[in-house]
Amino acid sequence: MSGPEPSPDFLALTRDEALELARTMIRIRRFEEKCAELYAAGKIRGFLHLYIGEEAVAVGAMQALKPEDAILATYREHGHALARGIPARTIMAEMYGKYEGCSHGRGGSMHVFDAHARFYGGNAIVGGGLPLAVGFALADKLMHRTALTACFFGEGAVAEGEFHESLNLAALWKLPVLFLCENNLYAMGTALERSEADTDLCEKARSYRVEAHSVDGMDVLAVMQASAEAAARVRAGTGPQFLELKTYRFRAHSMFDAELYRTKAEVEQWKKRCPLAAFRQKVMQEGLLDESGWARMEAAVEAEISAAVSYAEAGTWEPVEQLTRDVYTEHSAAGRLATEC
Amino acid sequence: MDDTVTRVRTTYRDAMREALREALRRDERVFLMGEDVGRYGGSYAVSKGLLEEFGEERIRDTPLSESGFVGAGIGAALNGTLPIVEVMTCNFSLLALDQIVNNAATIRHMSGGQFSVPIVIRMATGAGRQLAAQHSHSFEGWYAHIPGIRIVAPATLEDARGMLWTALMDPDPVIMFENALLYNLEGELAPDAGAVDIDHASVRRAGDDLTLVTYGGSLGKTLQAADELARNGVNAEVIDLRTLRPLDTVAIFGSLARTHRMVIVDEGWKSGALAAEIMARAMEESFYELDAPIARVCGAEVPIPYARHLEEAAIPQVATIVDAALRTLNKHV
Repeated sequence: MSGPEPSPDFLALTRDEALELARTMIRIRRFEEKCAELYAAGKIRGFLHLYIGEEAVAVGAMQALKPEDAILATYREHGHALARGIPARTIMAEMYGKYEGCSHGRGGSMHVFDAHARFYGGNAIVGGGLPLAVGFALADKLMHRTALTACFFGEGAVAEGEFHESLNLAALWKLPVLFLCENNLYAMGTALERSEADTDLCEKARSYRVEAHSVDGMDVLAVMQASAEAAARVRAGTGPQFLELKTYRFRAHSMFDAELYRTKAEVEQWKKRCPLAAFRQKVMQEGLLDESGWARMEAAVEAEISAAVSYAEAGTWEPVEQLTRDVYTEHSAAGRLATEC
Repeated sequence: MDDTVTRVRTTYRDAMREALREALRRDERVFLMGEDVGRYGGSYAVSKGLLEEFGEERIRDTPLSESGFVGAGIGAALNGTLPIVEVMTCNFSLLALDQIVNNAATIRHMSGGQFSVPIVIRMATGAGRQLAAQHSHSFEGWYAHIPGIRIVAPATLEDARGMLWTALMDPDPVIMFENALLYNLEGELAPDAGAVDIDHASVRRAGDDLTLVTYGGSLGKTLQAADELARNGVNAEVIDLRTLRPLDTVAIFGSLARTHRMVIVDEGWKSGALAAEIMARAMEESFYELDAPIARVCGAEVPIPYARHLEEAAIPQVATIVDAALRTLNKHV
């Protein structure tokens, strides 16, 4: 595709880079819509947490990361995995529980892992990934590497002790962690103001002497800019940074959620700020793409998702004889003994 | 060669320190982290002097954030280092249970085998020092319930000196339970003592009349009980489990197949203890070998009391082990 290069409103992005942001957000949106459909059809089971409405956060933040950086995410991580470049087909196969899934069907929707992408889950214990992130960064520091660790978590994690322990440790040891707090206002069904005496999340981070900024998480360019700046400060070796990314989940918490805790009007109000629609409008206004160009991009994404579903459908079920595989490392004596017992 | 001439007098504490020192010297990826491991020298003085030798980066004092620093150890293990994380006592490890159970034990499996967690978590365990109900637990049986981690319990100087390096080389998480009463254990060690296997139980005393199975802090008492039994004409075999998960059932049931009688000594509370698991497996696998019901000498069903006489009554003692053994042999005194 060719066309005019974007204005300074698009930071310093080339046209292709700007359109790639759009394309990634579309991929996440359509992937998640397909997941909801497949869940209703019984193809995907267990818990399924959709990222619809929050796409700008993962897509914007991911632009600041390099291949050597490690990423830790939560159980609502399909978007991050896609934005990081994990193929849609292996994520979809994982949802199906197929052996061809990125975690060989052992993890499911909540536990997407990918060594190549340095994507370390997929953690379904709220706050559980934060101490791990501290450790990743500590290892990088001890081994004199230059990578940083990006740790995504929701505002609900702020109530966990692990949040406080981890921010303190990262700040105390000046570790290269980029803490990315996705504030979608509800910890499952509990609103932030019903769980925190002080709802200013940045203040909590600052109390550990961690530089913190609040960002419009519905604006992919704002997220991208703030993440790039924060990542640069982390890489400069001054210690961790904290970003609060204000966003909203348009769908229920999981597929079992009756959404009794928020009004339809509130949801509708936020949907008017849809990050994908907003960016689409910006792309159009800028003349980066016309209607038919956008439609071609949508069609390409649809083909990719459709191929991912076919791949998952064609995948295989791991033989039950392999049930206890990957509890211990195969070649270790512990693994041998465990199998014998 | 006369071994006794060259053997070195040492303690369990010093042997453990030598193991740490060797690991830190041998591999730059190794570091030690925990509460008071550095300036203080370790709450049981195990790491005394290591800060001066290896510096603050590798002998890393942590705040009182068990979940935070144990989790950090797990993350660091995932990212190419070999962390040794010391948790002051297993009682405090409950604050890190989420990280150990939900992350260390699961990540290999949840990721479909993509990642290993080569961490070693050391913790003191056991009663006997009048430290009451929040500093005297024996949680190794709990931890041994969890697939994905290996549990070891060094009970001798050789194992204190040699288990650590082998545990570090294991790609999977290992938790090392050090009974706090053992730190002052004195004895002799070969000058070239080093890494030992952590796959097998060990026969600490050979015998034919019955099998006494134990581990960790109860090994000494069990060996004393075996001596006393010998004075009563009973020749007991003593098996030190050494590794509590996975269990070396080959050794346990091999011995049982020769002696046909077994007593299990385990400081953990009786209900659901490791001893219960060994008994259950014996029923499943060696039922027809048994000439008598298997007996257990376990912790009493009570939080460990402070008063000395009550604390002693709450955990296995030489007399209760002897008594259980004699009852198993129908030689009740």
